Amino acid sequence: MSNLNLAVRDSSTMLRRNLLHARRYPSLTLNLLLTPVMLLLLFVYVFGDAMSAGIGGGDRSDYVAYIVPGLLLMTIGSTTIGTAVSVSNDMTEGVIARFRTMAIHRGSVLIGHVIGSVVQSIMSVVLVGAVGLAIGFRSADATALEWLAAFGLLVLFTVALTWIAVGMGLVSPNAEAASNNAMPLIFLPLISSTFVPVDSMPGWFQPVAEYQPFTPAVETLRGLLLGTGIGHNGWLALVWCLALTALGYFWSTSKFDSDPK
Amino acid sequence: MTHLAIAANGLRKSYGDKTVLDGVDLTVPEGTIFSLLGPNGAGKTTAVKILSTLITADAGDIRVGGHDLATHAQAVRAAIGVTGQFSAVDGLITGEENMLLMADLHHLSRDEGRRVAAELLERFDLTEAARKPASTYSGGMKRRLDIAMTLVGDPRIIFLDEPTTGLDPRSRHNMWQIIRELVSDGVTVFLTTQYLEEADELADRIAVLNGGRIAAEGTAEELKRMIPGGHVRLRFTDPAAYRSAASALHESARDDEALALQIPSDGSQRALRTVLDRLDSAGIEADELTVHTPDLDDVFFALTGTATVPAQTDQPKETVR
Repeated sequence: MSNLNLAVRDSSTMLRRNLLHARRYPSLTLNLLLTPVMLLLLFVYVFGDAMSAGIGGGDRSDYVAYIVPGLLLMTIGSTTIGTAVSVSNDMTEGVIARFRTMAIHRGSVLIGHVIGSVVQSIMSVVLVGAVGLAIGFRSADATALEWLAAFGLLVLFTVALTWIAVGMGLVSPNAEAASNNAMPLIFLPLISSTFVPVDSMPGWFQPVAEYQPFTPAVETLRGLLLGTGIGHNGWLALVWCLALTALGYFWSTSKFDSDPK
Repeated sequence: MTHLAIAANGLRKSYGDKTVLDGVDLTVPEGTIFSLLGPNGAGKTTAVKILSTLITADAGDIRVGGHDLATHAQAVRAAIGVTGQFSAVDGLITGEENMLLMADLHHLSRDEGRRVAAELLERFDLTEAARKPASTYSGGMKRRLDIAMTLVGDPRIIFLDEPTTGLDPRSRHNMWQIIRELVSDGVTVFLTTQYLEEADELADRIAVLNGGRIAAEGTAEELKRMIPGGHVRLRFTDPAAYRSAASALHESARDDEALALQIPSDGSQRALRTVLDRLDSAGIEADELTVHTPDLDDVFFALTGTATVPAQTDQPKETVR
């Protein structure tokens, strides 16, 4: 069997294993899904009036449009915490040691985790998106191509964060540590332009908020769906996605390939 | 010359400044059971981890299944099956799903995989529990599932790291039976254990590992011959009786604190009668008489120099998940 064949076959076996886990124990994914949905409802129905005033007038429906793109990305950050936790949990299982002593494709364990997590994240994004639509989110004038680009960005962003989360899971000795280590993935969207515009933040903080991974992605998604300006954010988002993917991939695989403790 | 399933020369491994394996040589002929015996922390698990490609050695030439471990790890992996000390089953999925997972990873066809899984589940008495999550299994069932999973790929060399630690006596005897059956199919078994009885029971050859070195190697019989023979032990409660017995049996070794005497003896009826006759003629009655024939325990303690209580076969050394 060629190396590529082996990689595809073993990775899909590992993917089936991970999806089986997720289907058997969906509570983790559902819990993590709750955060973005709660935040969406909270910011629209509880803080909505104050927030919409904060983004320069408009009413609550304008604010729905404003935060949904960011919350979709936050959903990804939130569900990838689950990835870190489940990878960390998995590494403590004896069955991983068994996989390491089998003549299978070396990377298949991690690839199975990544694809499984990406599938779950995208499903979560679709769900949160549906809640957004239900409470009045409408795209301004997005063409089919722009929808496709938006979806593509979401997938790329998911892959990037998932590889990072896998690395975090691998360096964490247990699930609690993994959950703590992955906190930035849920914290970063809070200090991005998801909820308030960057220029409403203190001057010294604006560069941090503007150039961290989430803001360019949020702005690009807004631009694609709502027709606001994208500017350099498109390139920035793409560079962030590719850089994080590469970083997460090499970090994770080198961690996985080194001798287990 | 028979082929060697495992040949290791000058195996070394250290973690930081702690040397775990300090130049270990091992040879295991095909189709035999080899037991690596040693106290906790002797380096048994480290040896298994290295031989089964899980971790890399710092030094040493290792060939497993005829393949060089350093350069052809995947070929080694294709020849071996490993059941580690902690159960290597996926607790979140059912026993059957675990088996099918192994079948998929060995690239068996769907039908073949189902057939092999069903056969092995049947053989290891797990058919009834096949649809329950493996995490709900008892310790013995988990070990059986573990070994069943190891056998899916039909490995020629099987590593079993303390396969009976934490099992109750019945499960342990079942496991021994399973291991014997494996070898009758021509498989080579590399077994680690801290139980002397187990090594004595199963192994063709035994190596005693202590402090990262092989302290002795041979068959159980050879090892037993390496240390002084058996003895009769007499214990007294009355110090006066003890003293007169000691003078009547002047060749005995005295233990004044315990009021016990050890008389070298092969444990035969004649030898025992001699001792008893001499006690009778001196008018002494011992409170307790035990006959001690040399067993692997003696070898073990003689070689590893530990004065602690022997590992009891019915007490797990640590909790097994």
